[in-house]
Amino acid sequence: MTTAAQKSKSAITLKGSAQIVCDYLNYGINSILFQRGLYPPESFKSEENYGLTILMSTDNKIKEFLSTTLEQLKGWLVDRSVNKVALVITNVKTLEVMERWDFLVEYEGDSKTEDQTSEKPLKQIKNEIRDVLKQIACSVAYLPLLDCLCSFDIQIYTKKDVDLPSEWTEAEPANIKDAQSVRMRSFSTNIHKMDTVVTYKNYN
Amino acid sequence: MSQFKFWNDVNSLLTMEGPVKGPIPRWQKKKGSDTSSNSSLNNSSKLRSLSTSALNSTKTPTKGNENNDYQKNKTPRKTPLKTPSKKSKTPTPNKGSKTPSGDRFIPSRSASNFDLAHYKLTHDEDESDSPTRQELQRVMFENLHGGDVSSQRILSYKNKAPSAPEGFQNPMRVIYTQTKTPASVKSSTRYIPQAPDRILDAPDIVDDYYLNLMDWGGNNILAAALGAHVYLWNAGTVELWDCSRSKRLRIMEGHSARVGSLSWNSYILSSGCRSGQILHHDVRQRDHRVATLSGHSQEVCGLKWSTDGKYLASGGNDNVLNIWQVVNGGHYSQTTPLHTFTAHQAAVKALAWCPWQPHVLASGGGTADRHIRFWNCNTGSCVNAIDTKSQVCALLWSLNYKELVSGHGFANNELIIWKYPSMTKVAELTGHTARVLHLAMSPDGTTILSAGADETLRLWKCFTKNTTKTKDNEKVKSKPSALKQCIR
Repeated sequence: MTTAAQKSKSAITLKGSAQIVCDYLNYGINSILFQRGLYPPESFKSEENYGLTILMSTDNKIKEFLSTTLEQLKGWLVDRSVNKVALVITNVKTLEVMERWDFLVEYEGDSKTEDQTSEKPLKQIKNEIRDVLKQIACSVAYLPLLDCLCSFDIQIYTKKDVDLPSEWTEAEPANIKDAQSVRMRSFSTNIHKMDTVVTYKNYN
Repeated sequence: MSQFKFWNDVNSLLTMEGPVKGPIPRWQKKKGSDTSSNSSLNNSSKLRSLSTSALNSTKTPTKGNENNDYQKNKTPRKTPLKTPSKKSKTPTPNKGSKTPSGDRFIPSRSASNFDLAHYKLTHDEDESDSPTRQELQRVMFENLHGGDVSSQRILSYKNKAPSAPEGFQNPMRVIYTQTKTPASVKSSTRYIPQAPDRILDAPDIVDDYYLNLMDWGGNNILAAALGAHVYLWNAGTVELWDCSRSKRLRIMEGHSARVGSLSWNSYILSSGCRSGQILHHDVRQRDHRVATLSGHSQEVCGLKWSTDGKYLASGGNDNVLNIWQVVNGGHYSQTTPLHTFTAHQAAVKALAWCPWQPHVLASGGGTADRHIRFWNCNTGSCVNAIDTKSQVCALLWSLNYKELVSGHGFANNELIIWKYPSMTKVAELTGHTARVLHLAMSPDGTTILSAGADETLRLWKCFTKNTTKTKDNEKVKSKPSALKQCIR
């Protein structure tokens, strides 16, 4: 009995796993917004997590947008109905897609059980996430300069049978001409596995 | 007949002697129009002379007026005419009015829609609907987006995030451009030579940010690791020390991967490894391993004992800077870090302890970070941070002045001398053609040695002592401040 209780104490539930993924996306997307210079650096505040200092936007509208999107995403992650989350960076003037960050979701383990849990230690997951976030921070070294006013959007690729929530709309896939992709490390909670890929315009 | 006339006209244009390159002189045109007997031609020849003199770009109005006739003559003669054809474009209308064109088929260009025709020719309408094409599109989409199109929806939240304010420029520009950062306005009181005092060749120096390959000893011998050899240089003579043949004092093992950084504290030698471990070796003992520190998850690339031997600073590729406190009564450190700083956004290689405030540490981050940060290790707080706009590879404090020097990578590959604590630029020393990897200082503190990835070692005489009054004043000033720090 005691072992079972201890087991459940350290285990990660399906909802908890979705929360971990959403937390990663929140930090990851904020880090991208800062590192790629989409918004003025003054509008970011440093926050510590995963043993890193990550710069988070203080703009209320961006915060609200991200929290609503990620809250909705969390539900879909629990339902196993998301395939991919895409952060699309577009030129404000020409509406050209400049860069796309794909966060590919894979589901691991038995899909039937509602109370699915994972025994993977949280520290290990956080370390994996930290490595990805570091790679994101270092991506400025090879990604081309976004030399125009840019905005971002989040597109969630779901299964066909998902109900469209209010205030949500269907979007067109964002494709980039002459694109080049770089795959980052992946992390897994043993329930959700997430791959991060950046696709950018190749100017050569 | 008129065609022959036209040919003559063209030939005369082609075979014209002298440098008639531009529009035909007015008198010639006049002459040409005089030869034609038709009075109505006079009218249009005026038009010709006008348009030719007003450059070729004015062909549009004529084109609009007498389009059909103009096309008739132009089409068949397009190839042989080449450049003069431009000139003959305008004369054609008047000739064309007389040309009998019934003997051949000449399409009317103005009446046909070329864009549409091209589209119809190159585009097969049936093709886009063919099942194989649809299948191909579907497979392509699946490959691109990792999922079946038909079973997938792309959703996004309607209330989009705002874009950056108008007029905002990407601050990351500094990484990509070579613009110089503004230097401080205040001019320095002493002369700092802009060119290196001496340049030494350093072939095969490893261009690796994470290694520390050069130092300048207290006995004024300079050591640099080039490839598999260690070179020692002493004022003009270069002695080559082959690692395998020279007298080696001892080998100390214990690391599983390469050792990129070393630091001495009395008889303790601390070494940082790619595995993230730091080992303390007591060089006097047979069992040399004193302690193992596991505070980094990735390669340790910066390792420095403070000048008073109280703290050890270690920087890693995991962007972490750790401060370890010395063990009471020993020269090695405790195994848990006193402070862990995660403020740097890139690997921390450049570390330097302040010579006059032994608890102040300067640390510099890599490309994604570009900051020099100052830490008070007694309190564990970040005192100051400055964006250098470039990768910080090395840092050194001056012994003679309240200044420090930093070595940078892209874009200027320069050394910058900063005034401390105001952090205004005293001088920028350029010369290296690749990033400045390492810095070392001569024992008297007057000369800086920099090793660049361009395989040169450069000596800069930038901290020469001047024995004037101002310097003595500075020394006096610095003394009480150090005392104050001790009391606090």
